[in-house]
Amino acid sequence: MTQTITAGQLLNERDITFMLYEWLGAQDLCARPQFAEHSRETFDAALEIYSRIAIDLFAPHNKKGDQTEPRIENGMVSVIPEVAVALAAFCEAGLMAAAQAPAHGGMGLPVLVERAGFAWLMAANPATAGFALLTIANVNLLLANGSPEQIEDYVGPMLTGRCFGTMCLSETQAGSSLGDIATRAEPRPDGSHRLFGTKMWISAGDHEVAENIVHLVLARMRDAPLGARGLSLFLVPKRLPGSASDGGERNDVSVAGLNHKMGFRGIPNTVLVFGDGSWQPFGEPGAIGYLVGQPGQGLPCMFHMMNEARISVGLGATAIGYAGYRHALDYARQRAQGRAIGNKNPSSRPVPIIEHADVKRMLLAQKAYVEGALALCLYCARLVDEERTAETTGERHTASRLLGILTPIVKSWPSQWCLEANNLAIQVHGGYGYTRDYNVEQFYRDNRLNAIHEGTHGIQAIDFVGRQLSLHGGAALGSLLDRMRQTASAASGIGTARLAEFAVALSGVIERLTHVAAKLVSQPEPAISLANATPVLEAFGHAVIAWIWLDQATAIGAAGRESADDFYRGKLQACQYFFRWELPRVGALIDAVERGDATVAAMTETWF
Amino acid sequence: MKILVAIKQVPAHDSRLFIEPTGEWIEENDLGYEVNEPDAYALEAALQLREQHGGEVIVMCAGPARVSSTIREALAKGADRALHIEEDDLRHWDNLSVAQLLAKAAQTEQPDLVLTGLQSDDLGFGQTGVIMAELMGLPHATLAMSVEVVDGRLRVKCELEGGWFQYVSMPLPALVTIQSGILRLRYATLMGIKRAKTKEVRKITPAELGAAGEPGITLRRIYAPHSLKQTQMLAGSVQEQAAQLVEKLKHEVRVI
Repeated sequence: MTQTITAGQLLNERDITFMLYEWLGAQDLCARPQFAEHSRETFDAALEIYSRIAIDLFAPHNKKGDQTEPRIENGMVSVIPEVAVALAAFCEAGLMAAAQAPAHGGMGLPVLVERAGFAWLMAANPATAGFALLTIANVNLLLANGSPEQIEDYVGPMLTGRCFGTMCLSETQAGSSLGDIATRAEPRPDGSHRLFGTKMWISAGDHEVAENIVHLVLARMRDAPLGARGLSLFLVPKRLPGSASDGGERNDVSVAGLNHKMGFRGIPNTVLVFGDGSWQPFGEPGAIGYLVGQPGQGLPCMFHMMNEARISVGLGATAIGYAGYRHALDYARQRAQGRAIGNKNPSSRPVPIIEHADVKRMLLAQKAYVEGALALCLYCARLVDEERTAETTGERHTASRLLGILTPIVKSWPSQWCLEANNLAIQVHGGYGYTRDYNVEQFYRDNRLNAIHEGTHGIQAIDFVGRQLSLHGGAALGSLLDRMRQTASAASGIGTARLAEFAVALSGVIERLTHVAAKLVSQPEPAISLANATPVLEAFGHAVIAWIWLDQATAIGAAGRESADDFYRGKLQACQYFFRWELPRVGALIDAVERGDATVAAMTETWF
Repeated sequence: MKILVAIKQVPAHDSRLFIEPTGEWIEENDLGYEVNEPDAYALEAALQLREQHGGEVIVMCAGPARVSSTIREALAKGADRALHIEEDDLRHWDNLSVAQLLAKAAQTEQPDLVLTGLQSDDLGFGQTGVIMAELMGLPHATLAMSVEVVDGRLRVKCELEGGWFQYVSMPLPALVTIQSGILRLRYATLMGIKRAKTKEVRKITPAELGAAGEPGITLRRIYAPHSLKQTQMLAGSVQEQAAQLVEKLKHEVRVI
């Protein structure tokens, strides 16, 4: 059975409208010179295009892509034809260039609006959206670090969909440990390089969706030092420019195999071999690559893309979680089973299962997770706009610091808790949810990836505890905690008992986290800090989501809309759920951390 | 060729509809809206005719301020300009008075061709276009599957029942109501949205058109149909039960 998807089964348009205009003030961005030609009307029209294309062209082949994995035929990877159709429409509508400046053929939309629109595609079909996601990230990297020639040759084709992009970091022996990358780059007389090595987990590494593919590859130049500092970044096109009549001579990049995944099956995940002589451009083996940025600056360049990718991973996790929630909500409203409590008449009509207390609980938990996560993702997108366009240098720096410290949280929290939302969505469906006839089982499998790729959950925790907490002398953490305190203060000022209760709860958590952070930064045993890093990240994550929920509730309260309609009542109830049932988890997570507990650190390999 | 397309904004097809406490209409506060689906195909047909024969495409839409999003979408898809008939409350306008309103507005443009959707997704009367044609004194065709201009005349392929089609040739000016699904709809583009900002949207009121909107029918109450499950046990031999079942399917359920 194939289910027809409606917009309301993916995201709640009203929720997005609320977040953009009533909470994050998207319309206020139009006062800035960069967005002066826009208005709420153009933002809404752009969002409408995203949702239409998502519903019409992305959602219908989500299940087919899952059931029809990419194949290798004659050394090339093929995907189902619907992928190319959907991406062509996406590009023709100008969405690949939505947030780019008009000088690059873009619409110059705020990142906030562009990401809100992109969430529709991720909810509809995260695998097909992945092609576009990687390409947009490649464009941003090249615009920031590429030479004028690289920008001219590749950015335009990528923005119009003639060319798609990949990011090639991992190798079979070097996944999270990028310093061990072994791919080497040998210089050529014309300044380009020939690359030799194997890359692992390369999404969209090969396909015929577009004329060309641009691989951005981390490799080690001759005589480069060991470790991450010896890595440089190279642009390696699948087809070399202007060298053959049929669209370019093939570069020496070949597909060694496909990884067969649990989810995200619609986008090929490849093992790519560079320079094994499968193709011999200019008569020799070796994949021709062009240095991007400076030698030895590969990782900083790549992390320009990686940080963006991490925010997008969080958004993707959120979108899949949100779609699961909306599916579960729809199902619970329609599925009639059992009677209302106290009704002992077996011949009476069964009630929709949404009326049963535990189903209601599971739906409310999902709502609290996915709407909280979406709010955090859009808050971070707004910070990107602040970082780029805020009026003063100070405001831009603050936005940059906040974005830095929130990046591991926006990547990891939705990956963990929106997966839990997908888990609950299956539970709401009961046995049907465990069958492939219903979409929610695929959502769960798809979402499971997000805690792994673009830096695992553990890597995010190490980054958060080992780097972000002490960055700029703790200024980033200070900025975050200040914002949280400001929200608590504003919530207290609304004058309702409910918001006052939440403000007190958040203030208490802020003080405990402040203490924990100080203790971690001064921890003389880094092994203990690292062993306890994940609970710390998760505790901060829950506190941040509570703050984001309270900030939204405060906006509702400030506008006097607490009881304006069911939408606002539902928002405040979800906020209340998070504060009363989720925020208390923070204490359990950090109790042992505060004591400097060394249980995990002291465990040895032979004791297992 | 000047082509006028009448479009209507209707509640999004996946909306959850709630009836107002008065029982006279649906709650509109929290509804999402979209262009009526057959009207989207009428617009697409108009844009393709313009691409083949030149001229301009004007969209016409009646309704409150919220219909401006539907008008803007049509402009972003490529319509050249628009006519917004400003009327806050069309709920009490019956199909004759709506057709009179649209016909009067259309006559201010003197179009060569008027296209409308076959019917609206919300009320589904399927009469507005036909009545407009009569009021404007135009030849018309309904249930159009394709529209071509051949030697200065229209050649329209109309859908009949049972898989039959009918080709109709008619002079211009004319009015044609368009069936859904006949073409591949284009999407608005971001550049189209930009361009739409500078396109003309002429606003006009029913009073300026001399259209009164006096209702010829009265809407008393709207309600959701009740679904009932009634189980009947058939008695007798298998043959008798089968005969009874056939009788019921023929005369009660009317499915065979």
